[in-house]
Amino acid sequence: MTQRVKFYQTGTFTVGNRLLDAESRTVQATVERNNSLTSGHRACQGCGEALGARYAVDAAMRACNSQLLCVNATGCLEVFSTPYPESSWRVAWLHSLFGNAPAVASGVAAALRAKGRTETRVLAQGGDGGTVDIGMGCLSGMFERNDDVLYICYDNEAYMNTGVQRSGRTPPGARTSTTPAVGPHPGNVFGQGKHPAIIAMAHDIPYVATASVADLHDLEEKVTKAMSIGGARFIHVHVPCPLGWGSEPCNTMRLARLAVETGLFPLFEGEHGEVISTTPIRRRQPVEEYLKLQKRFRHVIGDPQALAAIQALADRNIRRFNLVRENAA
Amino acid sequence: MTQKKPFAITLDIGSSLANHTGSWRTERPVYVHRMPPCNNACPAGENIQGWLHDAEEGRYEDAWHTLTADNPLPAIHGRVCYHPCEDACNRGQLDTSVNIHAIERFLGDEALRQGWKISCAPQTGKRVLVVGSGPSGLSAAYHLRRLGHAVVIYEAGAEAGGMMRYGIPQYRMPRDILDAEIGRIAGLGVEFRLNSKVEDLEETMDAERCDAAFIAIGAHLAKRVDIPARDAGGILDAVSVLRGVEKGDAPSFIGRRVAVYGGGNTALDVARTAERLGAKEAMLIYRRTREQMPAHDFEVAEALEEGVQVHWLSTIAGVEGAKVKIEKMKLDENGWPQPTGEFETLEADTVILALGQMTDSDFLAQVDGVKISKDGVVEVDAGMMTGRPGIFAGGDMVPAERSVTVAVGHGKLAARNIDAYLRGTRFEHAPRPELATFDRLNTWYFTDADKTRQAQLDMARRLSSFKEIVQGLDEETALFESRRCLSCGNCFECDNCYGVCPDNAVKKLGPGQGYEFNYEFCKGCGLCAAECPCGAIAIVPEQI
Repeated sequence: MTQRVKFYQTGTFTVGNRLLDAESRTVQATVERNNSLTSGHRACQGCGEALGARYAVDAAMRACNSQLLCVNATGCLEVFSTPYPESSWRVAWLHSLFGNAPAVASGVAAALRAKGRTETRVLAQGGDGGTVDIGMGCLSGMFERNDDVLYICYDNEAYMNTGVQRSGRTPPGARTSTTPAVGPHPGNVFGQGKHPAIIAMAHDIPYVATASVADLHDLEEKVTKAMSIGGARFIHVHVPCPLGWGSEPCNTMRLARLAVETGLFPLFEGEHGEVISTTPIRRRQPVEEYLKLQKRFRHVIGDPQALAAIQALADRNIRRFNLVRENAA
Repeated sequence: MTQKKPFAITLDIGSSLANHTGSWRTERPVYVHRMPPCNNACPAGENIQGWLHDAEEGRYEDAWHTLTADNPLPAIHGRVCYHPCEDACNRGQLDTSVNIHAIERFLGDEALRQGWKISCAPQTGKRVLVVGSGPSGLSAAYHLRRLGHAVVIYEAGAEAGGMMRYGIPQYRMPRDILDAEIGRIAGLGVEFRLNSKVEDLEETMDAERCDAAFIAIGAHLAKRVDIPARDAGGILDAVSVLRGVEKGDAPSFIGRRVAVYGGGNTALDVARTAERLGAKEAMLIYRRTREQMPAHDFEVAEALEEGVQVHWLSTIAGVEGAKVKIEKMKLDENGWPQPTGEFETLEADTVILALGQMTDSDFLAQVDGVKISKDGVVEVDAGMMTGRPGIFAGGDMVPAERSVTVAVGHGKLAARNIDAYLRGTRFEHAPRPELATFDRLNTWYFTDADKTRQAQLDMARRLSSFKEIVQGLDEETALFESRRCLSCGNCFECDNCYGVCPDNAVKKLGPGQGYEFNYEFCKGCGLCAAECPCGAIAIVPEQI
């Protein structure tokens, strides 16, 4: 939850704010931030995932006094950061396979416990494909055993690294290389979806949250809170992908913000299977504002029926999570 | 590393810092300063965004020093300036413009209360004559003094201040504030010669051993029109009435019903003054409509609140005793009023003309090279110099909008040109950066906050005295209001660029130092520029 402060020009909406005391600024505003994912990585221009990973891991590093070990699933994040023998990670880091990151992290946590190194914490991370499709079995097991791991999923809504194939997180209507915008029902199917935060909550684990790269204060607070808790924890971070979404690199933040403000990506927190808080929308926007900046939705813009269906999804989220409130700003 | 490597490892481990991703870039971000619309609109050339930046942190004395680098009279301007800055303010497109003049007044009043001091450059040995101690003359004297020149001001009146004293009523411009700000300029070593009208400019310059002169005698002669009148005794002019009130020789009774002819700010000032002098009814007779009135909107509103009546689209056709005959007008297709031939008669004991002013520049006619045009207005070049080298002029007596702030701007510009003239150089304006327009901002980041309003004196006390109507802001409110500034076009260190760069290619240099780009790694994605709230980053093509 973004901190509500008395009027300070930009309040806590910006990364820092020279008018606020240091504690109210973000980890990213400090010169001491770890830069866990440092320069020279090969992510595309304007990569939301590179940003999300630095935000989350830097916050986690600060929360545990830099006693952190990261396990990475295969995916963009792993490929662009660690082409052998170079690495962009400034944190102890381990990669095994595409689908087994939660299981490897469980093993690392068990090994640390066996060695009595209780001060060292474990963070596992992966993209949406590695998490909600390929790694779901391992992840569910990690949740169900309540292993002491914080798992962070950076969701860019398709398999971007291998050429933008559809994933379980690809939204309805979106064009990917496997759901082309042709035929009577162009783009990805309407009707189903896969919500890992809700799946995680179904395991009644101690802490689940959704976050966005566009709301840094909210994201850092959630990571920090998750790090203060033991057991299995899960954070789902929405990260735009200029390449896969067909958007301008400079629009990454704007898109992430619009996903939140349209209601398409609701921000909430859950504990032990219950939603405990939701982040209200500050300036509500129609979904078209979000969709029209992305080539993957170009065919949707001229299709009132598809547009209405996507708007209905946003409206449902707003109802379900009570995202529009009086005096929300 | 020559030690034995683990199984299946053949290469030494390395950091991605060896991979200079800056080579991907086709465009690069650069930090820029754009011109904030407030600064752009300020006739005195104040760095408004700059002093608000200081005030936002509660550094009021620094703010005041930034302000007084351009304008020596903030407590006065915070009260009487028509604040074109606020009309231009980008925040006006978001909710309401920043209440700039109220903060300026707060800073001006704090400076007087706490006795903040101005420092001057070492003496240059040059001496400048200033004729007239209105806003323009005071401004020129102040800036010349700060540049190290000696200054002597000749003032025809008994007290310094010009139209600020003899034209602006006390309910807008309390005299203790006026005296204090003039006193501060005198304290810099500017010599004042009061009751000293200059008759022969060159002789005075020789007598005072001056190397240059700045003439700013204002426009104090009322324009008159021919009104057929049987008894002209009841017809006064606005400038004389306002001056009379100040000098204490105003008529003790101005009349029960007073008609003011004109539609400018002076017309409103004199109508409201008449009410305070005991007139039961003050009415304005103006030949055009409210939209076309040259008077500023808030002044019209205040006058209407105080019960001033207005006869729009009317001219005075004749005055006969206590009867004023007015002719109704109508606008033609070009918006000009045309007579209709319909007449009306109003009761008025007194008619006051407020039809504009002329300059008494006769004494300049004998100076070679000085060109005088209609109404005594003196021609000057872009550097405020008349046709005669070394003699400059400004304020109401040169062709421009006539306001205190424009006059102060002239004084500053003239001072800089006089300084260059005395040093044998040319004054060059700093290059003007491009305007920080609203579409350059990312206003999502700014917290919603509506303008704070200044309290006003209650109506009964307003009409019964010349007490100041508009009240000042307290410190907390002034701070709140300063923080509403969007800092258009100039970095205010929000850390957004530093935070949103996916490549850690922005270096934070520390408080007050800003940031710099690391072009070895910047891929040119443009996120920093897109997310900069104030439009202080430009994206420019790479030179290939």
